[in-house]
Amino acid sequence: MLNAENVRKRFAANEVLRGISLNVEKGEVVSLIGPSGSGKSTFLRCLNRLETIDEGTITLDDDVMCEMRGGALHYADSKTLRRITLKMGMVFQSFNLFPHMTVLRNLTDAPVAVRRLPRSQAEEKARMLLAKVGLADKADSYPHQLSGGQSQRVAIARALCMDPEIMCFDEPTSALDPELTQEVLNVMQDLAKEKMTMVVVTHEMRFARNVSDRVVLIENGGIVEEGTAEQVFTSQNPRTRQFIGEAQG
Amino acid sequence: MSIKYFNDPARLWGLTKIMLGGVQVTLGIFVLTLILSIPLGMLVALGRMSKRKALSTPVSFYIYIMRGTPLMLQVLFFWFFLSQSLPFKPSRFAVVVFSFALNYAAYFAEIFRGGIQAVPVGQREAGQVLGYTRVQTFFRIIVPQVVRNVLPAVTNEIITLVKDTALGSIIAVVELMSIAKKQVSNSTSIEPYVVAILLYLLLNGIAERLCKTAERKMDYLRR
Ligand SMILES: Nc1ncnc2c1ncn2[C@@H]1O[C@H](COP(=O)(O)OP(=O)(O)O)[C@@H](O)[C@H]1O
Ligand SMILES: [Mg+2]
Repeated sequence: MLNAENVRKRFAANEVLRGISLNVEKGEVVSLIGPSGSGKSTFLRCLNRLETIDEGTITLDDDVMCEMRGGALHYADSKTLRRITLKMGMVFQSFNLFPHMTVLRNLTDAPVAVRRLPRSQAEEKARMLLAKVGLADKADSYPHQLSGGQSQRVAIARALCMDPEIMCFDEPTSALDPELTQEVLNVMQDLAKEKMTMVVVTHEMRFARNVSDRVVLIENGGIVEEGTAEQVFTSQNPRTRQFIGEAQG
Repeated sequence: MSIKYFNDPARLWGLTKIMLGGVQVTLGIFVLTLILSIPLGMLVALGRMSKRKALSTPVSFYIYIMRGTPLMLQVLFFWFFLSQSLPFKPSRFAVVVFSFALNYAAYFAEIFRGGIQAVPVGQREAGQVLGYTRVQTFFRIIVPQVVRNVLPAVTNEIITLVKDTALGSIIAVVELMSIAKKQVSNSTSIEPYVVAILLYLLLNGIAERLCKTAERKMDYLRR
Protein backbone atom coordinates (compact mmCIF):
# COMPACT_ATOMS: atom_id res chain seq x y z
CA MET A 1 0.00 0.00 0.00
CA LEU A 2 2.69 2.50 1.08
CA ASN A 3 6.03 1.98 -0.54
CA ALA A 4 9.23 3.92 -0.05
CA GLU A 5 12.37 2.99 -1.90
CA ASN A 6 15.88 4.11 -1.29
CA VAL A 7 14.86 7.40 0.32
CA ARG A 8 17.73 9.81 0.87
CA LYS A 9 17.59 13.11 2.67
CA ARG A 10 20.20 15.53 3.82
CA PHE A 11 20.08 18.72 5.87
CA ALA A 12 22.95 20.78 4.46
CA ALA A 13 26.01 18.54 4.88
CA ASN A 14 24.25 16.20 7.29
CA GLU A 15 23.02 13.06 5.53
CA VAL A 16 20.09 12.03 7.69
CA LEU A 17 18.47 9.30 5.58
CA ARG A 18 20.93 7.09 3.72
CA GLY A 19 18.66 5.07 1.48
CA ILE A 20 15.72 3.76 3.49
CA SER A 21 13.21 1.39 1.91
CA LEU A 22 9.96 0.40 3.54
CA ASN A 23 6.85 -1.33 2.28
CA VAL A 24 3.69 -1.24 4.37
CA GLU A 25 0.78 -3.53 3.51
CA LYS A 26 -2.84 -2.66 4.09
CA GLY A 27 -3.86 -3.37 7.68
CA GLU A 28 -0.28 -3.74 8.82
CA VAL A 29 1.17 -2.06 11.91
CA VAL A 30 4.84 -1.18 11.49
CA SER A 31 6.92 0.19 14.35
CA LEU A 32 10.02 2.24 13.64
CA ILE A 33 12.46 2.08 16.51
CA GLY A 34 16.00 3.31 16.95
CA PRO A 35 18.19 5.67 18.90
CA SER A 36 17.35 9.34 19.06
CA GLY A 37 18.74 11.30 16.12
CA SER A 38 18.76 8.25 13.84
CA GLY A 39 16.30 9.82 11.38
CA LYS A 40 12.98 8.18 12.32
CA SER A 41 11.01 11.41 12.53
CA THR A 42 12.60 12.74 9.38
CA PHE A 43 11.61 9.59 7.52
CA LEU A 44 8.01 9.84 8.72
CA ARG A 45 7.95 13.53 7.82
CA CYS A 46 9.18 12.69 4.32
CA LEU A 47 6.30 10.24 3.93
CA ASN A 48 3.96 13.10 4.91
CA ARG A 49 5.73 15.63 2.72
CA LEU A 50 6.52 17.77 5.75
CA GLU A 51 10.04 17.38 4.38
CA THR A 52 10.99 16.86 0.76
CA ILE A 53 13.40 14.08 -0.04
CA ASP A 54 16.54 14.35 -2.17
CA GLU A 55 16.43 10.93 -3.78
CA GLY A 56 14.14 7.93 -3.89
CA THR A 57 10.62 6.86 -4.68
CA ILE A 58 7.49 7.09 -2.54
CA THR A 59 4.14 5.70 -3.64
CA LEU A 60 0.77 5.26 -1.94
CA ASP A 61 -1.55 2.79 -3.65
CA ASP A 62 -1.41 3.76 -7.33
CA ASP A 63 -0.29 7.32 -6.70
CA VAL A 64 3.35 8.18 -7.10
CA MET A 65 4.35 10.98 -4.74
CA CYS A 66 7.86 11.22 -6.11
CA GLU A 67 10.20 9.15 -8.20
CA MET A 68 13.55 9.22 -9.93
CA ARG A 69 13.47 9.94 -13.65
CA GLY A 70 16.66 10.30 -15.63
CA GLY A 71 18.68 10.53 -12.46
CA ALA A 72 16.62 13.42 -11.06
CA LEU A 73 13.88 13.44 -8.46
CA HIS A 74 10.39 14.48 -9.57
CA TYR A 75 7.44 15.20 -7.30
CA ALA A 76 3.94 14.62 -8.64
CA ASP A 77 1.55 17.41 -9.62
CA SER A 78 -0.35 19.14 -6.84
CA LYS A 79 -3.56 17.19 -7.50
CA THR A 80 -1.86 13.84 -6.93
CA LEU A 81 0.00 15.15 -3.90
CA ARG A 82 -3.26 16.36 -2.43
CA ARG A 83 -4.91 12.97 -2.99
CA ILE A 84 -2.01 11.33 -1.15
CA THR A 85 -2.17 13.85 1.71
CA LEU A 86 -5.86 13.13 2.21
CA LYS A 87 -5.17 9.41 2.52
CA MET A 88 -2.61 9.91 5.27
CA GLY A 89 -3.22 10.87 8.88
CA MET A 90 -0.48 12.14 11.14
CA VAL A 91 -0.18 12.31 14.91
CA PHE A 92 2.61 14.47 16.32
CA GLN A 93 4.57 14.10 19.51
CA SER A 94 3.44 17.59 20.53
CA PHE A 95 -0.26 17.03 19.59
CA ASN A 96 -0.49 20.32 17.65
CA LEU A 97 -4.16 20.77 18.46
CA PHE A 98 -5.60 24.11 17.35
CA PRO A 99 -5.79 26.12 20.61
CA HIS A 100 -8.45 28.55 19.38
CA MET A 101 -10.94 25.83 18.53
CA THR A 102 -13.01 23.63 20.81
CA VAL A 103 -12.24 19.93 20.78
CA LEU A 104 -15.25 19.32 18.55
CA ARG A 105 -14.17 22.05 16.16
CA ASN A 106 -10.64 20.62 16.06
CA LEU A 107 -12.18 17.45 14.68
CA THR A 108 -14.76 18.96 12.33
CA ASP A 109 -12.92 21.92 10.83
CA ALA A 110 -10.85 20.01 8.28
CA PRO A 111 -13.65 17.64 7.20
CA VAL A 112 -15.87 20.69 6.58
CA ALA A 113 -13.23 23.00 5.06
CA VAL A 114 -11.19 20.43 3.18
CA ARG A 115 -13.52 17.52 2.44
CA ARG A 116 -16.64 19.70 2.15
CA LEU A 117 -18.58 17.47 4.50
CA PRO A 118 -21.84 19.08 5.76
CA ARG A 119 -21.22 20.38 9.28
CA SER A 120 -23.96 18.27 10.87
CA GLN A 121 -22.47 15.13 9.37
CA ALA A 122 -18.97 16.10 10.45
CA GLU A 123 -20.16 16.74 14.00
CA GLU A 124 -21.95 13.44 14.19
CA LYS A 125 -18.81 11.67 13.09
CA ALA A 126 -16.63 13.71 15.42
CA ARG A 127 -18.79 12.86 18.41
CA MET A 128 -18.65 9.20 17.49
CA LEU A 129 -14.84 9.36 17.32
CA LEU A 130 -14.59 11.29 20.59
CA ALA A 131 -16.67 8.60 22.26
CA LYS A 132 -14.36 6.01 20.78
CA VAL A 133 -11.27 7.61 22.33
CA GLY A 134 -13.17 8.05 25.61
CA LEU A 135 -13.61 11.81 25.46
CA ALA A 136 -17.28 12.29 24.55
CA ASP A 137 -17.66 14.73 27.47
CA LYS A 138 -14.80 16.97 26.24
CA ALA A 139 -16.40 18.08 22.97
CA ASP A 140 -16.88 21.66 24.16
CA SER A 141 -13.58 22.00 26.03
CA TYR A 142 -10.60 23.89 24.70
CA PRO A 143 -7.26 22.12 24.22
CA HIS A 144 -5.60 23.95 27.12
CA GLN A 145 -8.16 22.39 29.45
CA LEU A 146 -7.03 18.85 28.58
CA SER A 147 -4.28 16.68 30.02
CA GLY A 148 -1.52 15.50 27.69
CA GLY A 149 -3.07 12.07 27.33
CA GLN A 150 -6.46 13.57 26.52
CA SER A 151 -4.87 15.98 24.03
CA GLN A 152 -3.16 13.17 22.20
CA ARG A 153 -6.37 11.14 22.05
CA VAL A 154 -8.13 14.18 20.58
CA ALA A 155 -5.30 14.51 18.05
CA ILE A 156 -5.78 10.89 17.05
CA ALA A 157 -9.53 11.41 16.70
CA ARG A 158 -8.89 14.56 14.64
CA ALA A 159 -6.73 12.62 12.20
CA LEU A 160 -9.29 9.80 12.03
CA CYS A 161 -12.09 12.26 11.28
CA MET A 162 -10.54 12.75 7.83
CA ASP A 163 -10.94 9.02 7.05
CA PRO A 164 -7.27 8.32 6.35
CA GLU A 165 -6.19 4.99 4.92
CA ILE A 166 -2.95 5.05 6.82
CA MET A 167 -2.01 6.65 10.13
CA CYS A 168 1.47 7.85 10.99
CA PHE A 169 2.51 8.44 14.60
CA ASP A 170 5.68 10.24 15.61
CA GLU A 171 6.44 9.23 19.20
CA PRO A 172 2.85 9.90 20.28
CA THR A 173 3.56 9.20 23.95
CA SER A 174 7.00 10.77 24.38
CA ALA A 175 5.67 14.11 25.62
CA LEU A 176 3.41 12.44 28.18
CA ASP A 177 3.83 11.67 31.85
CA PRO A 178 4.30 7.90 32.26
CA GLU A 179 0.90 7.44 33.88
CA LEU A 180 -0.80 8.97 30.81
CA THR A 181 0.94 6.95 28.09
CA GLN A 182 -1.21 3.87 28.53
CA GLU A 183 -4.50 5.62 27.69
CA VAL A 184 -2.98 6.69 24.37
CA LEU A 185 -1.43 3.29 23.67
CA ASN A 186 -4.82 1.68 24.35
CA VAL A 187 -6.45 3.83 21.69
CA MET A 188 -3.71 2.91 19.23
CA GLN A 189 -4.06 -0.76 20.11
CA ASP A 190 -7.80 -0.56 19.40
CA LEU A 191 -7.00 0.98 16.02
CA ALA A 192 -4.59 -1.84 15.27
CA LYS A 193 -7.29 -4.37 16.13
CA GLU A 194 -9.60 -2.68 13.64
CA LYS A 195 -6.92 -3.26 11.02
CA MET A 196 -5.98 0.36 10.54
CA THR A 197 -2.72 0.60 8.62
CA MET A 198 -0.21 2.26 10.93
CA VAL A 199 3.39 3.44 10.87
CA VAL A 200 4.51 4.22 14.40
CA VAL A 201 7.78 5.78 15.50
CA THR A 202 8.03 4.77 19.13
CA HIS A 203 10.22 4.32 22.15
CA GLU A 204 7.60 2.08 23.74
CA MET A 205 9.19 -1.31 23.35
CA ARG A 206 6.18 -3.13 24.77
CA PHE A 207 3.95 -1.54 22.14
CA ALA A 208 6.44 -2.38 19.38
CA ARG A 209 6.67 -5.95 20.54
CA ASN A 210 3.02 -6.67 21.36
CA VAL A 211 1.05 -4.61 18.88
CA SER A 212 3.07 -4.28 15.70
CA ASP A 213 3.18 -6.81 12.89
CA ARG A 214 6.60 -5.64 11.90
CA VAL A 215 9.45 -3.81 13.59
CA VAL A 216 12.09 -1.80 11.77
CA LEU A 217 15.25 -0.74 13.56
CA ILE A 218 16.82 2.43 12.16
CA GLU A 219 20.26 3.64 13.08
CA ASN A 220 22.21 6.47 11.60
CA GLY A 221 19.78 6.97 8.71
CA GLY A 222 19.73 3.35 7.61
CA ILE A 223 17.78 0.18 8.40
CA VAL A 224 19.74 -2.13 10.67
CA GLU A 225 17.18 -4.86 10.99
CA GLU A 226 13.61 -5.51 9.99
CA GLY A 227 11.23 -8.37 10.70
CA THR A 228 8.33 -9.54 12.80
CA ALA A 229 8.34 -8.25 16.35
CA GLU A 230 9.46 -11.68 17.52
CA GLN A 231 12.36 -11.83 15.04
CA VAL A 232 13.68 -8.40 15.94
CA PHE A 233 13.27 -8.77 19.69
CA THR A 234 15.08 -12.13 19.69
CA SER A 235 17.64 -11.13 17.05
CA GLN A 236 21.26 -12.18 17.38
CA ASN A 237 22.48 -9.06 15.53
CA PRO A 238 24.72 -7.35 18.11
CA ARG A 239 23.55 -3.82 17.24
CA THR A 240 19.92 -4.83 17.51
CA ARG A 241 20.55 -6.59 20.80
CA GLN A 242 22.37 -3.60 22.16
CA PHE A 243 19.63 -1.12 21.21
CA ILE A 244 16.82 -3.29 22.50
CA GLY A 245 18.71 -4.05 25.67
CA GLU A 246 19.17 -0.35 26.35
CA ALA A 247 15.64 0.61 25.32
CA GLN A 248 14.08 -1.94 27.61
CA GLY A 249 16.26 -0.58 30.40
CA MET B 1 -6.66 83.88 34.33
CA SER B 2 -10.17 84.55 33.22
CA ILE B 3 -13.06 82.08 33.18
CA LYS B 4 -15.13 82.65 30.08
CA TYR B 5 -16.93 79.35 29.44
CA PHE B 6 -17.18 77.23 32.57
CA ASN B 7 -19.40 79.78 34.30
CA ASP B 8 -21.73 80.14 31.31
CA PRO B 9 -23.46 76.92 30.16
CA ALA B 10 -24.69 78.44 26.91
CA ARG B 11 -21.21 79.56 25.87
CA LEU B 12 -19.69 76.29 27.03
CA TRP B 13 -22.16 74.38 24.88
CA GLY B 14 -21.33 76.61 21.94
CA LEU B 15 -17.63 75.91 22.39
CA THR B 16 -18.20 72.19 22.82
CA LYS B 17 -20.24 72.06 19.60
CA ILE B 18 -17.41 73.70 17.68
CA MET B 19 -14.93 71.28 19.19
CA LEU B 20 -17.10 68.27 18.44
CA GLY B 21 -16.76 69.27 14.79
CA GLY B 22 -13.03 68.74 15.31
CA VAL B 23 -13.68 65.40 16.96
CA GLN B 24 -15.39 64.26 13.76
CA VAL B 25 -12.28 65.02 11.73
CA THR B 26 -10.08 63.41 14.39
CA LEU B 27 -12.24 60.29 14.27
CA GLY B 28 -12.07 60.34 10.48
CA ILE B 29 -8.26 60.33 10.55
CA PHE B 30 -8.30 57.66 13.25
CA VAL B 31 -10.71 55.26 11.57
CA LEU B 32 -9.30 55.62 8.05
CA THR B 33 -5.75 55.16 9.31
CA LEU B 34 -6.73 51.92 11.04
CA ILE B 35 -8.69 50.62 8.05
CA LEU B 36 -5.71 51.24 5.77
CA SER B 37 -2.76 50.46 8.01
CA ILE B 38 -3.90 47.13 9.46
CA PRO B 39 -4.21 45.25 6.15
CA LEU B 40 -1.19 47.10 4.79
CA GLY B 41 0.73 46.15 7.93
CA MET B 42 -0.18 42.51 7.37
CA LEU B 43 1.21 42.66 3.82
CA VAL B 44 4.33 44.46 5.03
CA ALA B 45 4.83 41.81 7.72
CA LEU B 46 4.58 39.04 5.12
CA GLY B 47 7.00 40.91 2.85
CA ARG B 48 9.41 41.39 5.75
CA MET B 49 9.32 37.64 6.46
CA SER B 50 9.71 36.64 2.82
CA LYS B 51 12.63 34.39 2.01
CA ARG B 52 13.23 36.46 -1.12
CA LYS B 53 15.83 39.07 -0.27
CA ALA B 54 14.65 41.26 -3.16
CA LEU B 55 11.41 41.67 -1.23
CA SER B 56 12.43 41.50 2.41
CA THR B 57 15.36 43.94 2.15
CA PRO B 58 13.40 46.93 0.75
CA VAL B 59 10.54 46.17 3.14
CA SER B 60 12.93 46.18 6.10
CA PHE B 61 14.29 49.49 4.88
CA TYR B 62 10.79 50.94 4.66
CA ILE B 63 10.04 49.83 8.22
CA TYR B 64 13.34 51.30 9.39
CA ILE B 65 12.58 54.69 7.86
CA MET B 66 9.00 54.83 9.14
CA ARG B 67 9.93 53.88 12.66
CA GLY B 68 13.21 55.77 12.73
CA THR B 69 12.01 59.26 11.83
CA PRO B 70 9.47 61.56 13.53
CA LEU B 71 5.90 61.17 12.37
CA MET B 72 5.66 64.97 12.32
CA LEU B 73 8.50 65.11 9.81
CA GLN B 74 6.84 62.45 7.68
CA VAL B 75 3.56 64.40 7.61
CA LEU B 76 5.36 67.60 6.59
CA PHE B 77 7.47 65.76 4.04
CA PHE B 78 4.49 64.09 2.38
CA TRP B 79 2.50 67.35 2.45
CA PHE B 80 5.15 69.22 0.48
CA PHE B 81 6.23 66.28 -1.62
CA LEU B 82 2.71 65.31 -2.69
CA SER B 83 1.61 68.91 -3.21
CA GLN B 84 4.51 69.48 -5.58
CA SER B 85 4.62 66.14 -7.38
CA LEU B 86 0.94 65.32 -7.90
CA PRO B 87 -0.88 66.88 -10.88
CA PHE B 88 -3.64 68.03 -8.50
CA LYS B 89 -3.51 69.54 -5.04
CA PRO B 90 -4.23 66.80 -2.50
CA SER B 91 -6.45 67.64 0.46
CA ARG B 92 -4.69 68.14 3.77
CA PHE B 93 -6.90 65.50 5.34
CA ALA B 94 -5.91 62.95 2.67
CA VAL B 95 -2.21 63.65 3.16
CA VAL B 96 -2.48 63.13 6.90
CA VAL B 97 -4.31 59.84 6.45
CA PHE B 98 -1.78 58.79 3.81
CA SER B 99 1.21 59.56 6.07
CA PHE B 100 -0.38 57.96 9.11
CA ALA B 101 -1.35 54.82 7.21
CA LEU B 102 2.22 54.35 5.93
CA ASN B 103 3.68 55.03 9.37
CA TYR B 104 1.31 52.86 11.35
CA ALA B 105 1.58 50.04 8.79
CA ALA B 106 5.28 49.82 9.69
CA TYR B 107 4.54 49.57 13.41
CA PHE B 108 1.72 47.10 12.86
CA ALA B 109 3.96 45.04 10.57
CA GLU B 110 6.51 44.51 13.32
CA ILE B 111 3.77 43.61 15.79
CA PHE B 112 2.19 41.18 13.32
CA ARG B 113 5.55 39.63 12.50
CA GLY B 114 6.13 38.89 16.17
CA GLY B 115 2.60 37.52 16.44
CA ILE B 116 3.04 35.24 13.46
CA GLN B 117 6.42 33.98 14.58
CA ALA B 118 4.98 33.18 18.01
CA VAL B 119 2.66 30.58 16.43
CA PRO B 120 4.49 27.23 16.65
CA VAL B 121 5.46 25.62 13.31
CA GLY B 122 3.56 22.54 14.44
CA GLN B 123 0.31 24.45 13.84
CA ARG B 124 1.15 24.93 10.18
CA GLU B 125 2.29 21.32 9.89
CA ALA B 126 -0.94 20.07 11.45
CA GLY B 127 -2.84 22.14 8.89
CA GLN B 128 -0.79 20.75 6.05
CA VAL B 129 -1.24 17.09 6.98
CA LEU B 130 -4.98 17.62 7.42
CA GLY B 131 -5.12 18.78 3.80
CA TYR B 132 -5.75 22.49 4.32
CA THR B 133 -4.41 24.65 1.51
CA ARG B 134 -1.78 27.21 2.46
CA VAL B 135 -4.38 29.97 2.31
CA GLN B 136 -6.81 28.00 4.49
CA THR B 137 -4.06 27.26 6.98
CA PHE B 138 -3.21 30.95 7.13
CA PHE B 139 -6.74 32.21 7.66
CA ARG B 140 -8.26 29.37 9.71
CA ILE B 141 -5.30 28.40 11.89
CA ILE B 142 -2.61 31.09 11.95
CA VAL B 143 -4.57 34.35 11.86
CA PRO B 144 -6.86 33.65 14.84
CA GLN B 145 -3.82 32.85 16.96
CA VAL B 146 -1.97 35.92 15.67
CA VAL B 147 -4.93 38.14 16.51
CA ARG B 148 -4.88 36.93 20.08
CA ASN B 149 -1.10 37.32 20.29
CA VAL B 150 -1.05 40.89 19.00
CA LEU B 151 -4.17 42.45 20.54
CA PRO B 152 -2.42 43.94 23.60
CA ALA B 153 0.27 45.57 21.44
CA VAL B 154 -2.33 46.74 18.91
CA THR B 155 -4.33 48.31 21.74
CA ASN B 156 -1.27 50.37 22.64
CA GLU B 157 -0.89 51.54 19.05
CA ILE B 158 -4.56 52.47 18.86
CA ILE B 159 -4.29 54.63 21.96
CA THR B 160 -1.17 56.28 20.58
CA LEU B 161 -2.97 56.89 17.30
CA VAL B 162 -5.81 58.77 18.99
CA LYS B 163 -3.20 61.20 20.34
CA ASP B 164 -1.12 61.27 17.14
CA THR B 165 -4.11 62.59 15.17
CA ALA B 166 -3.23 65.95 16.79
CA LEU B 167 -0.27 66.08 14.38
CA GLY B 168 -2.82 66.89 11.68
CA SER B 169 -2.67 70.44 13.05
CA ILE B 170 0.89 70.78 11.74
CA ILE B 171 -0.47 71.07 8.19
CA ALA B 172 -3.64 72.82 9.32
CA VAL B 173 -6.11 69.98 9.14
CA VAL B 174 -9.07 71.20 11.13
CA GLU B 175 -9.19 68.46 13.74
CA LEU B 176 -9.65 68.69 17.48
CA MET B 177 -6.14 70.00 18.26
CA SER B 178 -6.25 72.74 15.62
CA ILE B 179 -9.61 73.93 16.81
CA ALA B 180 -8.55 73.94 20.44
CA LYS B 181 -5.48 76.01 19.57
CA LYS B 182 -7.53 78.48 17.59
CA GLN B 183 -10.18 78.81 20.29
CA VAL B 184 -7.53 79.38 22.92
CA SER B 185 -5.86 82.19 20.99
CA ASN B 186 -9.20 83.78 20.06
CA SER B 187 -10.52 83.74 23.60
CA THR B 188 -7.22 84.08 25.49
CA SER B 189 -8.56 81.41 27.83
CA ILE B 190 -7.14 77.94 28.35
CA GLU B 191 -10.59 76.45 28.80
CA PRO B 192 -10.72 75.14 25.20
CA TYR B 193 -7.60 73.10 26.03
CA VAL B 194 -9.38 71.65 29.04
CA VAL B 195 -12.30 70.68 26.82
CA ALA B 196 -9.85 69.14 24.35
CA ILE B 197 -8.17 67.16 27.11
CA LEU B 198 -11.54 65.79 28.22
CA LEU B 199 -12.52 64.92 24.65
CA TYR B 200 -9.24 63.08 23.98
CA LEU B 201 -9.64 61.19 27.23
CA LEU B 202 -13.20 60.30 26.29
CA LEU B 203 -12.08 59.00 22.88
CA ASN B 204 -9.31 56.93 24.41
CA GLY B 205 -11.60 55.65 27.13
CA ILE B 206 -13.95 54.32 24.48
CA ALA B 207 -11.10 52.92 22.37
CA GLU B 208 -9.57 51.18 25.35
CA ARG B 209 -12.89 49.71 26.43
CA LEU B 210 -13.51 48.31 22.94
CA CYS B 211 -10.01 46.81 22.76
CA LYS B 212 -10.31 45.20 26.18
CA THR B 213 -13.63 43.65 25.18
CA ALA B 214 -12.04 42.29 22.01
CA GLU B 215 -9.10 40.94 24.00
CA ARG B 216 -11.43 39.13 26.36
CA LYS B 217 -13.44 37.72 23.46
CA MET B 218 -10.33 36.48 21.66
CA ASP B 219 -8.65 34.98 24.68
CA TYR B 220 -9.45 31.34 24.15
CA LEU B 221 -6.88 30.37 26.76
CA ARG B 222 -9.11 31.79 29.49
CA ARG B 223 -12.31 30.18 28.37
N1 LIG C 1 14.90 20.65 10.09
C1 LIG C 1 16.14 20.13 10.32
N2 LIG C 1 17.23 20.82 9.98
C2 LIG C 1 18.46 20.33 10.18
N3 LIG C 1 18.71 19.12 10.73
C3 LIG C 1 17.66 18.38 11.10
C4 LIG C 1 16.32 18.85 10.91
N4 LIG C 1 15.46 17.89 11.38
C5 LIG C 1 16.24 16.89 11.84
N5 LIG C 1 17.55 17.17 11.66
C6 LIG C 1 18.68 16.28 12.01
O1 LIG C 1 18.43 15.03 11.44
C7 LIG C 1 18.86 14.01 12.30
C8 LIG C 1 17.74 13.02 12.52
O2 LIG C 1 16.74 13.64 13.27
P1 LIG C 1 15.34 12.94 13.57
O3 LIG C 1 14.74 12.48 12.29
O4 LIG C 1 14.53 13.91 14.37
O5 LIG C 1 15.75 11.71 14.47
P2 LIG C 1 14.86 10.79 15.41
O6 LIG C 1 13.42 11.10 15.16
O7 LIG C 1 15.23 9.39 15.04
O8 LIG C 1 15.28 11.11 16.81
C9 LIG C 1 19.37 14.65 13.56
O9 LIG C 1 20.77 14.73 13.46
C10 LIG C 1 18.77 16.02 13.50
O10 LIG C 1 19.62 16.95 14.11
MG1 LIG D 1 12.02 11.92 16.53
